Amino acid sequence: MGQTLFDKIWDAHVVSSNEGFPDILYIDTHFIHEVTSPQAFDGLRTRGLPVFRPKQTVATADHNVPTWDQHLPIKEELSRYQVDMLTKNCAEFGIELYGLGHPFQGIVHVIGPELGITRPGGTYVCGDSHTSTHGAFGAIAFGIGTSQVEQVMATQCLLQSRPKRMKIEVNGKLQNGVGAKDIILYIIAQISAAGGTGFAVEYAGDTIRGLSMEGRMTICNMSIEMGARCGLIAPDETTINYVKGREFAPKGEAWDEAVAYWQTLYSDEDADFDSILSFKAEDIEPMITYGTNPGMGIGVTQHVPETASFEQKEQGSYKKALDYMGLHDDEQLLGKPIDYVFIGSCTNSRIEDLRQVAEFVKGKHKADNVTVWVVPGSKQVQEQAIREGLDKIFDAAGFPLREPGCSACLGMNEDKIPAGKYCVSTSNRNFEGRQGPNSRTFLASPLTAAASAITGVVTDIREFLSESEFSELEN
Amino acid sequence: MATKIFKHIQTSVVPLPIENIDTDQIIPARFLKATTRDGFGNNLFRDWRYDNEGNPKTDFVLNEPIYSGKILVAGKNFGCGSSREHAAWAIADYGFDAVVSSFFADIFKGNALNNGLLPVQVSEDFLAKLFAGVFADPNAVIEIDLVDQFIKIVATGETESFEVNPYKKACMTNGYDDIDYILSKKELIAEFEGR
Ligand code: SF4
Repeated sequence: MGQTLFDKIWDAHVVSSNEGFPDILYIDTHFIHEVTSPQAFDGLRTRGLPVFRPKQTVATADHNVPTWDQHLPIKEELSRYQVDMLTKNCAEFGIELYGLGHPFQGIVHVIGPELGITRPGGTYVCGDSHTSTHGAFGAIAFGIGTSQVEQVMATQCLLQSRPKRMKIEVNGKLQNGVGAKDIILYIIAQISAAGGTGFAVEYAGDTIRGLSMEGRMTICNMSIEMGARCGLIAPDETTINYVKGREFAPKGEAWDEAVAYWQTLYSDEDADFDSILSFKAEDIEPMITYGTNPGMGIGVTQHVPETASFEQKEQGSYKKALDYMGLHDDEQLLGKPIDYVFIGSCTNSRIEDLRQVAEFVKGKHKADNVTVWVVPGSKQVQEQAIREGLDKIFDAAGFPLREPGCSACLGMNEDKIPAGKYCVSTSNRNFEGRQGPNSRTFLASPLTAAASAITGVVTDIREFLSESEFSELEN
Repeated sequence: MATKIFKHIQTSVVPLPIENIDTDQIIPARFLKATTRDGFGNNLFRDWRYDNEGNPKTDFVLNEPIYSGKILVAGKNFGCGSSREHAAWAIADYGFDAVVSSFFADIFKGNALNNGLLPVQVSEDFLAKLFAGVFADPNAVIEIDLVDQFIKIVATGETESFEVNPYKKACMTNGYDDIDYILSKKELIAEFEGR
């Protein structure tokens, strides 16, 4: 019996495996940020332990940081304190920090890959559920809680039971204007926000193969939104070309050795999956969510489901979600006026996302009723965008390019969507209050978000594409 | 380091029959700025519990004095979303020892177990019985036994067994902690790194 990609990587990292106990899994790199680490550092102090492998620990400040005037002190006292605490802890425990002002600063799941720290075959954890992003490289990567952050700091290992394996295949040609974000929103809508719980999900099929690394990261990023432990995609030429030459990528002979190993990382033909699902790319429309979990998504031309279509015991929760969103049964979102557009977050803030949006908005201008925020995922993305002149295109369109951070993804920093307002957002969560108390989120792709910013209403990107020069815009 | 010991409880319960309760509802991000583990209970279910002015919403279950107890009973897929352990801290800090649901999100389950908060997964049927029982009588008492792995509606005697990872069970019933366990295998880590 052959092995899955997941099992090959897992087995290569098992330090010890004992009947009745979870495995002790070795972690190659531990990413940390300011929100989920302070209590872990405190735990180490209480135990009198050092960080076991500080050189395999990478820190950045992202969740609390302002995305405007970053050179000024953080205004909000508690946010400033938390960021300062990270600086202090990293200095005390000998950890490299890519803090505010550092050229490598950014959202933790954007900087790992762009610095060449995230590589095929590795194991990566972070006290953040979207760590699944890094699986796009053919790696095992997942989010952990703070007790586990302390565990990895103390031992560079994690106690973990091996999850079940699921394969999700997507084959076929995507419609124009449909991209990676639509694929993953579609999959989650099909299998629900809990459909992947307990599984490590490998994405495969020719549609997935055809995606850029940025697109693959968008897919793996949202694995957690269907409850999956992690998501991963076998490495190929696209992966290797992306990693090559990056800051911390192996060089010279070490590179050749690494590539030779990476080429062995795929699921064998006869590998055994606990579950296999298949989807057709042609079936996927530009997607949008209407509810308060990422599984509540529909094609942009479809109508909000009727309450009566759900089982009796689910109707209460469903009604609560629609009430929160200010929507009703059978409503069509297409044409609904919106207030904000947020283009950013670890799902869609990479240079390719920004390029795609810039190409689309060039020569257009946002609608008066909409406030637009474009937030790059990292300092490097921001600088690249400026080098390419994207900031000028954005400015002319009324889409100011801000500074890197998590921004309006989570309502923890200054960027919050006001109560009752609708935001078309490229982030990954539409939970109640996620973007600010009583904010209302429609999750969508960068292209759908950009098109909606231009018209001021929820928009089908395909309408633009059929009548304009953007017929080849794809992710 | 010793952690809280959990073996057995018998108490009334607090019902929250909502599905897909995510950790952003359990503790919204803007309350994650503390750098210690204490005090999160004050903001448990903050935006369901208080209005924008900070006044209690009287129709939310934590504000209804007829419901109390050390067990929270909730709809399926409890704890989905963000990995924030603050969610488990908030529930434990508020005074709950166990959460019962028909389905738990992975990371939340692990976080709860690491904090002496027992996630008890029951069947949809049993969950419906629990809700029916507590809505009929808010003082209905539930027994949870970790040692023998069962949950019981005391008034009717209806019982269901539940699963728990044997290692985690040993940790909770003895107050052990993962770091002590891994540190006891430290020579294996060095050996692994040398491979
Ligand atoms: S961008 Fe959003 S989802 Fe991503 S790490 Fe930041 S807060 Fe979490």
